[in-house]
Amino acid sequence: MNREGRPTRPEPAEAGSRTTFTGARGLDIEEALIFETGRLDATGVDIEEAAPFASRLGALASDAAPELPGLTEPEAVRHYVRLSRDNYSIDAGLYPLGSCTMKHNPRLNEKMARLPGFADVHPLQPTSTAQGALAVIEALADALLVMTGMSAIAMSPKAGAHGELCGMMAIKAAIAARGEGATRHVALVPESAHGTNPATAALIGFSVRSVPAGDDGNVSVEAVRAALAPDVAAIMLTNPNTAGLFERQIVGIAEAVREAGAYFYCDGANFNAIVGKTRPGDLGVDAMHINLHKTFSTPHGGGGPGAGPVALSSRLAPFAPVPFVRREGDALRLVEHAEGTESFGRMSAFHGQMGMFVRALSFILSHGADGLRQASEDAVLSANYVRASLNDLMSAPFGERICMHEALFDDRWLKDTGLSTLDFAKAMIDEGYHPMTVYFPLIVHGAMLIEPTESESKASLDRFIMTLRDLAFAAKAGERERFTAAPVYAPRRRLDETRAARQPVLRWTRPPAA
Amino acid sequence: MRYLPLDGAEREAMLARIGVPDVDALFADVPADKRIEGLLDLPLAKSEMAVERILSAMAAQSLAAGSAPFFLGAGAYKRHIPASVDHLIQRSEFLTSYTPYQPEIAQGTLKVLFEFQTQVATLTGMEVANASMYDGSTACGEAMLMAHRLTRRGKAVLSGGLHPQYADVAATLAHCSGDRIERLAPDPLAREDLAAAIDGETSCVIVQSPDFFGNPRDLAAVAAAAHARGALLIAVFTDPVSLGALRSPGAMDADIVVGEGQGIGNALSFGGPYLGLFATRLKFVRQMPGRLAGETVDADGRRSFVLTLSTREQHIRREKATSNICTNSGLCALAFSIHLALLGGVGLRRLARVNHAGAVQLAERLSAVPGVEILNAHFFNEFTLRTPRPGAEVIEALARRGVIGGLPVSRLLPAAGLDDCIVVASTEVNSDDDRAAYASALADLLR
Repeated sequence: MNREGRPTRPEPAEAGSRTTFTGARGLDIEEALIFETGRLDATGVDIEEAAPFASRLGALASDAAPELPGLTEPEAVRHYVRLSRDNYSIDAGLYPLGSCTMKHNPRLNEKMARLPGFADVHPLQPTSTAQGALAVIEALADALLVMTGMSAIAMSPKAGAHGELCGMMAIKAAIAARGEGATRHVALVPESAHGTNPATAALIGFSVRSVPAGDDGNVSVEAVRAALAPDVAAIMLTNPNTAGLFERQIVGIAEAVREAGAYFYCDGANFNAIVGKTRPGDLGVDAMHINLHKTFSTPHGGGGPGAGPVALSSRLAPFAPVPFVRREGDALRLVEHAEGTESFGRMSAFHGQMGMFVRALSFILSHGADGLRQASEDAVLSANYVRASLNDLMSAPFGERICMHEALFDDRWLKDTGLSTLDFAKAMIDEGYHPMTVYFPLIVHGAMLIEPTESESKASLDRFIMTLRDLAFAAKAGERERFTAAPVYAPRRRLDETRAARQPVLRWTRPPAA
Repeated sequence: MRYLPLDGAEREAMLARIGVPDVDALFADVPADKRIEGLLDLPLAKSEMAVERILSAMAAQSLAAGSAPFFLGAGAYKRHIPASVDHLIQRSEFLTSYTPYQPEIAQGTLKVLFEFQTQVATLTGMEVANASMYDGSTACGEAMLMAHRLTRRGKAVLSGGLHPQYADVAATLAHCSGDRIERLAPDPLAREDLAAAIDGETSCVIVQSPDFFGNPRDLAAVAAAAHARGALLIAVFTDPVSLGALRSPGAMDADIVVGEGQGIGNALSFGGPYLGLFATRLKFVRQMPGRLAGETVDADGRRSFVLTLSTREQHIRREKATSNICTNSGLCALAFSIHLALLGGVGLRRLARVNHAGAVQLAERLSAVPGVEILNAHFFNEFTLRTPRPGAEVIEALARRGVIGGLPVSRLLPAAGLDDCIVVASTEVNSDDDRAAYASALADLLR
């Protein structure tokens, strides 16, 4: 997503579109907000009134219930089921959002996360009564260390960006411990990076120095050397990168960074392409977060929760945040305090995203060493299959190059059609597909980033490819309507995003009485 | 492998289309000496039944809160969640969708977020709330950074009643961002003088109510003191159900309100995933971190919802963003929103009253145990006990008798000199039998 090429003032409604009495369109039922239908005196939870007693709330007791509507169970179930039907989902169709890794979410993992011995355990129970929970953390950490080939892992970060913050804090602590805190404060960030990278660097007080990518989509050792200086604390490099390409010079870059006294932060958002094929620790990485919700398929849930454990090299391991699990004989112990250690502190209350740990561990146990490697290979195979099946019609910014788990196109092929990447994406919606990631990475004009994942059958991939080919032919044949008016078959047509931002309405308010 | 649809012949056909001889050719960019020969040193693939056996055996090694008299809170609360909540959040369309970047096919999620924002704003008494943060502790840290941006000052005053791990998170963030922290001493009796700690350099005062020790705190006086020096009041809560019984932070003039939402709709889950709630004044909205859903219309003029004000966010602003947050706690926000929609305001108030009633009864039973003292003058559903033996010992001994009796303060504050204190919580799941079992076990072991 970016500001470029995003018309946010839609065309007016075409003549002849008919409205229904209810606003519904068949199965697509228009549903009011709970504030419009719920009653302030209703509740859908039967709670016995407490017997009279002497309150000990003191002077701060409130005198009325919050003005929130209540729904009985049938009303609530219908409301949320109707809302859900306006959403696209991976369960309903191919969801090719590049960089987001929308793979199948195995239901076994949901079932396991709900076992009372995981879901109904309090984070501050005596650890003698929570050994199973600590065992999950230990087992998942061990498996991630095997996959990454690194020295230690911080399990508490709550999502990818939180993991980035954790890794960069460890780097900052390591630099301070060397006595160079005052002089090293620059993070090298390639222009192709996720927006979270520069935002994270800024959050911990680093300034950002950009590194260009070459014509092949890779960052070169020379470009990195040119940017390295005594003020550089770290490089933040995504590998495979956001163009879906493996950084071919990564080992040389790692060596150059280390020679210059800096650290190598690897954004592990795309780790799913290389699990079982190569280990980041062997490539020279000092810190890398792992998005459990991408690589190990914990559900995205409409925008989280995620989980972002960070693997650390031996150079950074001493600075890892608390808490961590330590084995002492048969028992597992939690180290919860940073005092008296080199740990840089604490990322969040408690111990991380246990619910996600169970799901990820279930995914890893199910796949095994053989299945994990096969999943990486199938993801890369499927992306290349899509790339090879479209590159005669669409333009690829880096030529015929083999990609990893996602195929990147630009908008040069749309040049004479008068259509934008956004138009093409919206037309995909009418064909029953969620669009690919658009306008990211920023270094590619009108980028379209397609990540099919390993979860699609060949029949599904073929249908997707034929659909995109049909759309591409239509675009070149001048069928503008099919794109500029799209979507017309979705629950909504294009939205007025300018109005949303200029006159923000961020909550429901009771309309004034007529 | 049951999750991988491609078979050998299909893989061959796909490789042929790509024009490479084998799958290794697709990994040619990986330096040859860095490729893994063979397999990772992990066990091979397992059937669903085999995985279920392994994980069930691990789960059996922990005590589930529902299987014992359970009185532990301190930032995470055992609640009864209506069955329909977990059913609804497992709808494919909620569970397996992404952040709503394509609003035309994500109105379900967007409408949920709009309703959630309205519920959180109403509950906290604030004008606007965002679409969630990771959890209460990280929301608190982000609020501190937001106050810095708004006031252009770099010193945060932390109440000694702030959850110790929330304070640790804020201190860690402050250390990195170059802010200063003044952390007042923990005091179960809440006698601290926050106003005295506020000076012309102070960006914010962070106060939790009910505090870590269970005391409801009068935020209005702190707000006045903060505002008089140009500082902001950040109000924190760790149990959203408390807002069904106590005056809202907004009504007491808080500028930013953050809290942990787990206590409505979400399981204990050993500490995560949880739900950060974040609300503020409308005039501060452009400095607020996190996603926001807003109302607009589509090309046909129909009311629609969309992520908005994204020029605050990292994917647009990069190093100038208000926060680096991307993923939040969408599904936990949905669970919270459904549970709260089922409760409604009247149900929440009734639930809060039942929680308080149970806590009052528990306090009466426990204070009748010889040598045990309740330190709080006032409380909602959580209070602090003083016992004649170290709290950590008492809690371990209770656990051996099958009772989870609360949190020894020394576990989170080992150097505070509060080794004889235990923070005890009571919720609607505790029965009179549970309370009796606790009192008798405590009396027994202190005898």
